[in-house]
Amino acid sequence: MTGCQVSENIQKTSSDEDYQSSSTAWRKAEARSTVRILSDGRGQCVLSVPDLRCGGCVATIERTLSTRTDVVSARVNLTLKQVVVTFVNADADPTSVISALGLLGYPATSADQDQSHENDTDNVGRGLLRAIAVAGFGAMNIMILSVAVWSGAAGETRDTFHLISALIAIPVVAYAGQPFFQSAFQALRVRRLNMDVPIAVAVVLALALSLAETMRGGEQAFFDAAVTLLFFLLSGRYLDHLMRERARSAVSGLARLSPRGAMLRQPDGVLTYVPLSAIAPGAIIAIGPDERVPVDVSVISGSTDLDRSLVTGEAIPVPAGFGDTLEAGTLNLTGAVEAEVLRSADESFLAQMMRMQSEAETGRGTYVRIADRAARLYAPVVHLLALATFVGWVLATGDWHTSAFVAISVLIITCPCALGLAVPVAHVVASGRLMRMGILMKDGSALERLAEIDRVVFDKTGTLTMGTAAVGLGPNDPALRAAAKALALKSFHPAARAIAISIAELPCQLDDATEVPGFGVAGCVGGRAVRLGRADWVADISMQAKDRASPVFAFADGPAMAFDLLETLRPGAFDAVKSFAAAGIPVAMLSGDIEARANRIANQLDIADVRSGETPADKIAALNALRDDGYRALMVGDGLNDAAALAAAHVSMAPSSASDAGRTAADFIFLRDGLEAVPAAWRMARATARIVRQNFGLAIAYNCIAIPLAMAGLVTPLIAALAMSASSILVIGNALRLNPPEKPRETQALRHKRSEVLA
Amino acid sequence: MTILAFLIPITLGMGAVGLCVFFWSLRSNQYDDLSGDAERILFDEDRPLPAASARLSNTTKETAP
Repeated sequence: MTGCQVSENIQKTSSDEDYQSSSTAWRKAEARSTVRILSDGRGQCVLSVPDLRCGGCVATIERTLSTRTDVVSARVNLTLKQVVVTFVNADADPTSVISALGLLGYPATSADQDQSHENDTDNVGRGLLRAIAVAGFGAMNIMILSVAVWSGAAGETRDTFHLISALIAIPVVAYAGQPFFQSAFQALRVRRLNMDVPIAVAVVLALALSLAETMRGGEQAFFDAAVTLLFFLLSGRYLDHLMRERARSAVSGLARLSPRGAMLRQPDGVLTYVPLSAIAPGAIIAIGPDERVPVDVSVISGSTDLDRSLVTGEAIPVPAGFGDTLEAGTLNLTGAVEAEVLRSADESFLAQMMRMQSEAETGRGTYVRIADRAARLYAPVVHLLALATFVGWVLATGDWHTSAFVAISVLIITCPCALGLAVPVAHVVASGRLMRMGILMKDGSALERLAEIDRVVFDKTGTLTMGTAAVGLGPNDPALRAAAKALALKSFHPAARAIAISIAELPCQLDDATEVPGFGVAGCVGGRAVRLGRADWVADISMQAKDRASPVFAFADGPAMAFDLLETLRPGAFDAVKSFAAAGIPVAMLSGDIEARANRIANQLDIADVRSGETPADKIAALNALRDDGYRALMVGDGLNDAAALAAAHVSMAPSSASDAGRTAADFIFLRDGLEAVPAAWRMARATARIVRQNFGLAIAYNCIAIPLAMAGLVTPLIAALAMSASSILVIGNALRLNPPEKPRETQALRHKRSEVLA
Repeated sequence: MTILAFLIPITLGMGAVGLCVFFWSLRSNQYDDLSGDAERILFDEDRPLPAASARLSNTTKETAP
């Protein structure tokens, strides 16, 4: 064992070392490009640390980083799982901080700082919080005065209290009502109805009616109802916003896969880092091992193996050498290459995929959310009822003033407070539960769409499968196997790693190991040359290796041993497919890989509907065809080639290992390895849809009681306040049922344990 | 009833002060990391505020040889 591991350093040629240093230089430059220069000349960068869990982590990281001489301050944000590091100089090197965090046990990556999020403050959220605070202030103070009126204040006292209430309510509604007024106005401008239209109408009418009543010294004013309504609805809206914001920051915290720049070979032969936008066709760039190809290039020197699983869906790495074209997004595995740029970043494969994705998105059309569909039915009905009430009262009594009062009170009491909360509160609770299950949801409409699926389409590579495993074929000779393992251990090629894992024997003594990128590993065992790699290359030393399926191991002029590379299924893949099939939802597979590999996985998983060799355009076409046939498909995929299909599907999911484009396109992202997240999210979506329907039922039941009372002219401000608050609380309480009942018991047990520890 | 002429303005004034304090705390980023702040209260060591510590560590760095 030790004998073989002595030669841990694979022999490298001098050019390899040159590339090795260029690779670290690229890594450093990549990290440095995330440093922002502050106004006082300091550098600042945001690192994403997914493993941040508790206050202990916060203290450890801040204490360690702030003792460094190049760091001015380090501030951890536990909510976003980020560290903001301020450096002494603008040209500081974040990689050393990242490696320091790695030594502490917290793997970190530079967070993707979009230019649009320059100051990374959540302005919409803050605006909503401010509006909630103002509405809360107004609601409390008006309620104090209203309680006095309800308890019997009369005459001048009542009129004064109404006047003070009016003075509070007018500015409060003008400020805190803005989110609703704006949204209602926007909807009306394009001649649509949304839930905010009846809300805005009711709030404004309640205010106007109460003002008129106050002016003429009337008995009834609805100031408290108008402002309390805004407070409840704003709370729901803020929670909804918080949920989306949290998912957004969690997604941006995932490690970025596509490079921001590349090492460019200058005319004088020096390698310098340039950003992607500055790379023109015809330029020469160097791509080291374990780097992603930044733009479409053609190899001019060096040879290597490529992992194209994210680009085309091919599961098994392919060798590449002079003249081969590499698409942007391909992962370079083993060797360093120099390549000529074929297309600039805007025209590369990656950009083409992005364009297809946005086209697919526009083709999908706009999905009308359930709340808006409800509003389209609800708003005309209540407005007509109010009109009918007004006409009826005028005909019956001839009193215009009373008729207007009763009609407006119908509109106030039917203001869809419970309806407005019915959807967002259920979605917020569901998204919190999904997040605990390791599933990120981008917005609430995705959950509604997921609940209605009747088809599931999986991508193969990286979605149903994960990594490769090797099975040794040929003579079962321990000496052969031990030598093959020794060679396989020398390479980081996925096939070599799979071979090393598949052999149980201990590796034997190996000398002069060299990795030849694109071909395999060569070495000497007991004075005999050995090779592991491509069949035609191994055949150079042993004729027995000829015409075997790659990869092959052989002794010089000796026996050969071939390995069959198989893909391993993602954990939970079998259960995921089975649970959809059990629910009567047909499962299909769309793969960019060759037919044999696609069929093998499909047979293992019992998927009948398989298509292989699909290009990105084929995948979009397949999903569009499903939609045209009236099916609502869930697409689960990860690759660049899936991104457009993810956008074209009714709803989509991607693993966190997906390409950047795939993660952007998908509605849900699951962070854990297991594919059981897909049926789990689906079940959660169905449970949420059920709760939402119940909430609508509750809201309608409330209206069935409230509307007749209001039309009969029996509604006083006190009844309105009680009824509206009660219905809102009922809806919120119902939504909380989405949380599992075990949870409180769990936390109690935990608390109990904690108190025991403390005692 | 004249007491109301004092009590109502006082109530409103107290509420308004609370509202202003909330606006101030929002603007000074005190609502950015609620779960982090909940943990920070348990830290043992007593350290100067970040701005002060930055200034402090800077001067020590400059005076250090």
